[in-house]
Amino acid sequence: MKQQYEIVVGLEVHLHIATATKAFCGCKNEFGLKPNSGVCPVCMGFPGSLPVLNEKYLEYAVKTALALNCKISDKMKFDRKNYFYPDLPKNYQISQYDMPLSEAGLLEIIAKDAAPKKIRIKRVHMEEDAGKLLHEEDNITRVDFNRSGTPLLEIVTEPDINSPEEAYAYLLTLKNLLEYLEVSDCDMEKGSLRCDANISIRPAGQAALGVKVEVKNMNSFKGVRAALEYEQKRQESLAQDNEKIIQETRLWDSDKKITQPMRTKEEAHDYRYFPDPDLVPFEIDPALIKKIKNNMPQLPAEKKKQIIKDYGISEYDAGILISDKAMAEYFLKCAQSYNQPKIIANWIISEILKYLNSKNMEFRYFDLPPAHLTDMLKMMDSGKISGKIAKDVLSDMITSKKSPQDIVKEKGLLQISDETELRAVIKAVLRQHAQVTKDYKSGKEAALSFLVGQAMKATKGKANPGMVNKLLKEEMGNI
Amino acid sequence: MTNMKDSKLYELTAHELSEKIKNNSVSVKDIIGSVIARIEAVETKVHGFAHFNKQDALKKAGESKISGPLCGIPAAIKDNICIKDELTTCCSKILKGFKPPYDATVISKLKSAGALLLGRANMDEFAFGSSCETSCYGPTKNPYDTSRIPGGSSGGSAALVCADEAIFALGSDTGGSIRQPAALCGVVGLKPTYGRVSRYGLIAFASSLDQIGPFTKDVTDSALIMNIIAGHDPMDTTSADVPVPDYTKYLKNSVKGLKIGFPKEYFIPGLDKDVKEHLDEAFDLFKSLGAKIINISLPHTDYAVATYYIVACSEASSNLARFDGVQYGLRQEGETLADMYKYTRAEGFGDEAKRRIILGTYSLSSGYYDAYYLKAQKVRALIKKDFDEAFKVCDVILTPTTPTPAFKLGEKMKDPLQMYLSDIFTIPANLSGIPAISVPCGYSKSGLPVGMQLMAKAFDEPVLFNAAYAYEQNKKWEIKKPAI
Repeated sequence: MKQQYEIVVGLEVHLHIATATKAFCGCKNEFGLKPNSGVCPVCMGFPGSLPVLNEKYLEYAVKTALALNCKISDKMKFDRKNYFYPDLPKNYQISQYDMPLSEAGLLEIIAKDAAPKKIRIKRVHMEEDAGKLLHEEDNITRVDFNRSGTPLLEIVTEPDINSPEEAYAYLLTLKNLLEYLEVSDCDMEKGSLRCDANISIRPAGQAALGVKVEVKNMNSFKGVRAALEYEQKRQESLAQDNEKIIQETRLWDSDKKITQPMRTKEEAHDYRYFPDPDLVPFEIDPALIKKIKNNMPQLPAEKKKQIIKDYGISEYDAGILISDKAMAEYFLKCAQSYNQPKIIANWIISEILKYLNSKNMEFRYFDLPPAHLTDMLKMMDSGKISGKIAKDVLSDMITSKKSPQDIVKEKGLLQISDETELRAVIKAVLRQHAQVTKDYKSGKEAALSFLVGQAMKATKGKANPGMVNKLLKEEMGNI
Repeated sequence: MTNMKDSKLYELTAHELSEKIKNNSVSVKDIIGSVIARIEAVETKVHGFAHFNKQDALKKAGESKISGPLCGIPAAIKDNICIKDELTTCCSKILKGFKPPYDATVISKLKSAGALLLGRANMDEFAFGSSCETSCYGPTKNPYDTSRIPGGSSGGSAALVCADEAIFALGSDTGGSIRQPAALCGVVGLKPTYGRVSRYGLIAFASSLDQIGPFTKDVTDSALIMNIIAGHDPMDTTSADVPVPDYTKYLKNSVKGLKIGFPKEYFIPGLDKDVKEHLDEAFDLFKSLGAKIINISLPHTDYAVATYYIVACSEASSNLARFDGVQYGLRQEGETLADMYKYTRAEGFGDEAKRRIILGTYSLSSGYYDAYYLKAQKVRALIKKDFDEAFKVCDVILTPTTPTPAFKLGEKMKDPLQMYLSDIFTIPANLSGIPAISVPCGYSKSGLPVGMQLMAKAFDEPVLFNAAYAYEQNKKWEIKKPAI
């Protein structure tokens, strides 16, 4: 019988924190500046310069750690991680080693088609980012130090993740949480969120962990999932063939969809960590922690409860709405001016999301004013437009930025509810389709919807469908 | 007679010159002229400057403000303190041509006080040394005997003040680098409390030990300079947010009732006879002025040198990692990135720098960290505790600054351990973060200066100035300028 394996994954997320200035100097913490224009002697590591901790960075870090249910350390200490690389101007990175900002947290995830599961967070620590190497056409490598000294948080899980799908769900949940905290834009493509994975397999039921492989270089959440799926298969097939899995670092190649060895443990660095003497250890003021706790924004789990309770939305739909902070906010704004929240939720989840997915666009960039959506829904309610027309109005609103009233007026989309007008249309339809009318009268129910369709077509979709139904039956009764 | 007097302006102190400027009896031009003439007369024999340019100095004098407490006073700055757009090379080949884009905090302060920054003082490469012989520009000579070393690492600063080529100088002290050369050159050198003076812009040797401090011709000037350079700096989180008193207020003649500690561990058999004699005289003088001498013990003194070399080299190995040829200074191209690093650092660093980088890298390495770095930190805490205990029973501690007067050039270059031991009395103050001052206390039989060291508890620079000033005013011996 074929041996069954369990996969064990731990994730390390490097998160770029969106403070106004860098971690240890006053330079702008901004993406996309001209190379080496957002720098100073401190983040360039110039001799004689000294780091000074950005208080906002500490605040954001504490806020994130608290939201991950971590225990905040009593004492703050920074260490130097020593290694040589041209993008690291001091040839050491200011990081935290044996006394991280916080430890022992929890994040609850719901993987696809699975029950909720709690993932333990091992540690959350602060560290500065390095610069960037630009390999240019003239075969010269240049260094851009704009990113050097920007604030990062490293969020490390315990090996509690047991499938690529769970890893994916963890990342989505984490990103969602971080968006609510407003501490990071979490954009993996811009590099503001980077993720490395440690993966091993073990025979199902075995307690001891297998040999761990580190996988790097994934540039999207789906990439993490795909890399883990690949790595799981690779390790399982090695194990099935009784071949040894070696401890190593592998790089994900997103084009070839494979992982390839980068370096083995033997070549690993000795980082010679020691306390940074330039940053004196200090105790975090309990008042600061209290203040951060008191000002904590509503987090996704709470928001979900609120949407279910206050608006009667189903658990499933509420889950979708809160999965994106901008979407949840949009829903809540609409719900303030239109009293049928379920209808709002349906339109957001079915129509708007469909549109955004087709454009591969994030909700935060969706700029339709909530009032336009709710005005349109109200027009539907009052019978001014039909549901079918409403869908057209929505896509028109999104592209033209016009109000639904203007669109309906300009295009003459008002629903026809005038009985005399509709009766004339229906009479004409019945005359044209005498055979179908007979079929209906002889008991062929399906014929009715054909006739309704013909009436709608004749009015370019503007006929009030309820009235068309009613009048059709009446007129046929008269024949 | 007036001409004669003017030509000797270089011999005066900062407070004397300031007085003359204030009452308009001399001009900034007179002072700079006098000092430059002196430099031209003796610098070839002393070699105290790493970088000096007469035209630049004259230009600065022309532009100097006519206000500020140090208006027009020529000063030399150790080559490891950043001055914007001026060569700052730590006397190392690896920083060849380096001009920082910013001023160290102490430099901004001196500039706004009107001081005239003459040039850069020679030093041991990256402050690694006790003799000024590891400078890439060649050694500085002791003005009292040019066959001897001036001490180090701030040897240039000490020699320039001693030879009247600068009215005062700034140095840095990591294990004695201000006090030891001050003692060997017969000038006053102060290492302030750790955190008293901003380190921002001081190219770090050992960040937890380094302090900038003044070299002056007398104790009054030392207090005067400290008034300007001390204080909290938001750019340096290790600088203390403790108010700065007016130090000149503590220049008092009386030491009546002052409790002076006599630590038996500092009066060891290897102590030079002349040094011992002068220290005995100093104790006697203090006693005659009404001070009380208290026997104390600093039991962990023996471990200070070993502890120091682990801590200082560990930090240095990391601090000096940035000199890699990528951004500034020397670069030796290589086939690969690793080659560029290796060639640049092999070519750029001298032997002593390499020795300390290797030592520090080793003691921070995985598997050795606990036995070296961590152990050293524990011993450091014990040494600090020794002082905490001692200052419960005394106000200041009086010791020799160095075990011997200046030694010969080349004498200890082949024996690093002997060289390291010349800092045996100065290192404990750095490990404990306490302030210490070296004050001239006479001459050896062969005419070489001898220095005594006064130490006090953290931030008690006032008591140091009080004791040092009282000694200086009442000493029974005459100052002999070097016959250079």
